[in-house]
Amino acid sequence: MVGVAKLVVMDPKGRLVSGGSSAKTGIMQKSIKESTKMLATLVRRAKSQPPITLTCNLLHISQLISTHPLHHNFSTTTRAPPPSAAAKMEAVGVLMMCPMNNYLEQELDKRFKLFRYWTQPKQREFLAQHAEAIRAVVGNATAGASAEVIDALPKLEIVSSFSVGLDKIDLIKCKEKGIRVTNTPDVLTEDVADLAIGLMLAVLRRICECDKYVRSGAWKFGDFKLTTKFSGKRVGIIGLGRIGLAIAKRAEAFDCPISYYSRSEKPNTNYKYYGNLIELASNCDILVVACALTPETTHIVNREVIDALGPKGVLINIGRGPHVDEPELVSALVEGRLGGAGLDVFEKEPEVPEQLFGLDNVVLLPHVGSGTIETRKAMADLVLGNLEAHFANKPLLTPVV
Amino acid sequence: MAAAADEHQPSETPPLLLVHRLPRFKLSFFPFLQTEYTVLDPLADPPDPSFPDLSKSARIMLCVGPTPVGSDELDRYPAVECVVGSSAGLNHIDLAACRRRGVRVTSAGDAFSDDVADYAVGLAIDVLRRVSAADRFVRAGSWPVQKEYLLGSKVSGKRVGIVGLGSIGSRVAKRFEAFGCTIAYNSRSMKSHVSYTYYANVVDLASNTDILIVCCALTNETYHVINNDVMTALGKTGIIVNVGRGALIDEKELVEFLVRGELGGAGLDVFEHEPHVPKELLTLDSVVLSPHKAVFTPESFAALEKVVLGNIQAFFSNEPLLTEI
Repeated sequence: MVGVAKLVVMDPKGRLVSGGSSAKTGIMQKSIKESTKMLATLVRRAKSQPPITLTCNLLHISQLISTHPLHHNFSTTTRAPPPSAAAKMEAVGVLMMCPMNNYLEQELDKRFKLFRYWTQPKQREFLAQHAEAIRAVVGNATAGASAEVIDALPKLEIVSSFSVGLDKIDLIKCKEKGIRVTNTPDVLTEDVADLAIGLMLAVLRRICECDKYVRSGAWKFGDFKLTTKFSGKRVGIIGLGRIGLAIAKRAEAFDCPISYYSRSEKPNTNYKYYGNLIELASNCDILVVACALTPETTHIVNREVIDALGPKGVLINIGRGPHVDEPELVSALVEGRLGGAGLDVFEKEPEVPEQLFGLDNVVLLPHVGSGTIETRKAMADLVLGNLEAHFANKPLLTPVV
Repeated sequence: MAAAADEHQPSETPPLLLVHRLPRFKLSFFPFLQTEYTVLDPLADPPDPSFPDLSKSARIMLCVGPTPVGSDELDRYPAVECVVGSSAGLNHIDLAACRRRGVRVTSAGDAFSDDVADYAVGLAIDVLRRVSAADRFVRAGSWPVQKEYLLGSKVSGKRVGIVGLGSIGSRVAKRFEAFGCTIAYNSRSMKSHVSYTYYANVVDLASNTDILIVCCALTNETYHVINNDVMTALGKTGIIVNVGRGALIDEKELVEFLVRGELGGAGLDVFEHEPHVPKELLTLDSVVLSPHKAVFTPESFAALEKVVLGNIQAFFSNEPLLTEI
């Protein structure tokens, strides 16, 4: 452990006592090794003196003393980090890239010096003006820390993302520059998996279309258009990570056979592995995108995969828009070459191809995968927790880099 | 059988099958019938001249959908010994009147159960996560304008309360368990073979529930079982999903609670006076509305056909009926 010991030694009259070094004030800042040595000296002296008051910032030192045979010669207290620690954090500049959560914004404002990137009409100038102050960036799925932003912020120490996806952060640059990166895994896994299942049911059972039909006042007896059963359908998952596994667990309760495509086969699952995405698509009824977005997985769902899925197949995307070749997807849906789609993400959010608006076999959502009150608060707390840990020199909660 | 009937029905003629249906249900529902049986259809157009006589000798009646079968109908067809039901619910059949006359009744069995359970879960997720409302938001072109959509409520881990733990209810429970939900239920009697928490009355169940799924049969006892007290117990953060019958819920009260925001939301596939839906619901984002389609999949209908055919065949072979209630 690397740290600094601040030993304040006072005599019974409250006067500061020198520890044997040349320091005049009696307050010394030494390494722990040196402090311990000094302590040994003090203990030797303590034998012959009245009790010495020892106020120590490091738990390590108090523990040493409390187990020493001469501990009764010292009265020790561990002091909480001085108020200056919180005050120091308030001076830390944090750049928030876009509006993402009111609670998070308010807390960042309270605890740090918050800069709101989206309110700046001239962003380049803004960065230049505040570059020295900004030591942290808070981003999300929409805007993160691109190479340009990182280069403009020489004092940047940490990027804390309000998302689990990291595709908007230049991870290589962060690694190079020793910039820490954190995200929000686990807390949103269930929400995203729930929504994936919700989308499957909504598309296959035409729930949104039914709702629209009733609201239009058109319901009369004699309309018996059939939908498609969900239970028992073959579900294929691209990416069997935390979210993929959670989706599999839920789909299994509907007796859906599960298969998956991943960079490598996962041990400890009974699900069928396909080493080839076309093969997976050919052998499932519902294909779900649940992997991370990287250069390798960009447009992983292309024309061939869509063709393999076919006119009765359904695509569910709760990953990232760029996972799918969107123009190909749109024409396949419009032409009936793909059976249906449930999409929470798009290539250029918030733009959604308008040709999809008239289709009754698609469900379109505005990137709400983790959009619940419960989960967004948990995500915000993780972002705050990671930032505070970093600036208090404590271990990060959910580091990626 | 009467001598007159024997004259019209030599041994090669397929057995008589009376089809009892409301006009909105077409005979094309059960195409196999025409080949296997002599179908007697009171709504045939032009009318079948042999119907009045033959119908008096028909021993088995296929009841299509929720077509009512009561004392009047049973009197009209005195030879009927078995009514073959073809819908998930049986509240349109006067079971007591059938029992008095020794008329046996068969149900659709499990044919629809998976699809109804799936639909119940789908409606619940839609209400809590605002799926249909968010889809409307996107299609209206509102996303680029408003940037963020309203937050929904988490589904996983919520407390699910099921009213009626039968064929459908038990499937609903199994599905929600995979979402980490705790399951509790109310039923006419406690089921000893399940580990879910049992509540002897629906108000207690509702007090300990976030998602209330109504999937029990409609009887005199369960009429308006979901009333003011239950909805109060469920509260602002609770939601109701109804895939049973509209009359299980006091619909007027339901509308009031929803409009005032005293109930979190509702997913409704059934209504008290279908196809009429209270107009106040048509503009609420806290509800998801469906035109009684929870069973409408090809697989359900194929399974139903099998059950119906199986029961009719068993009847004529003097074998035990498949799904006698």
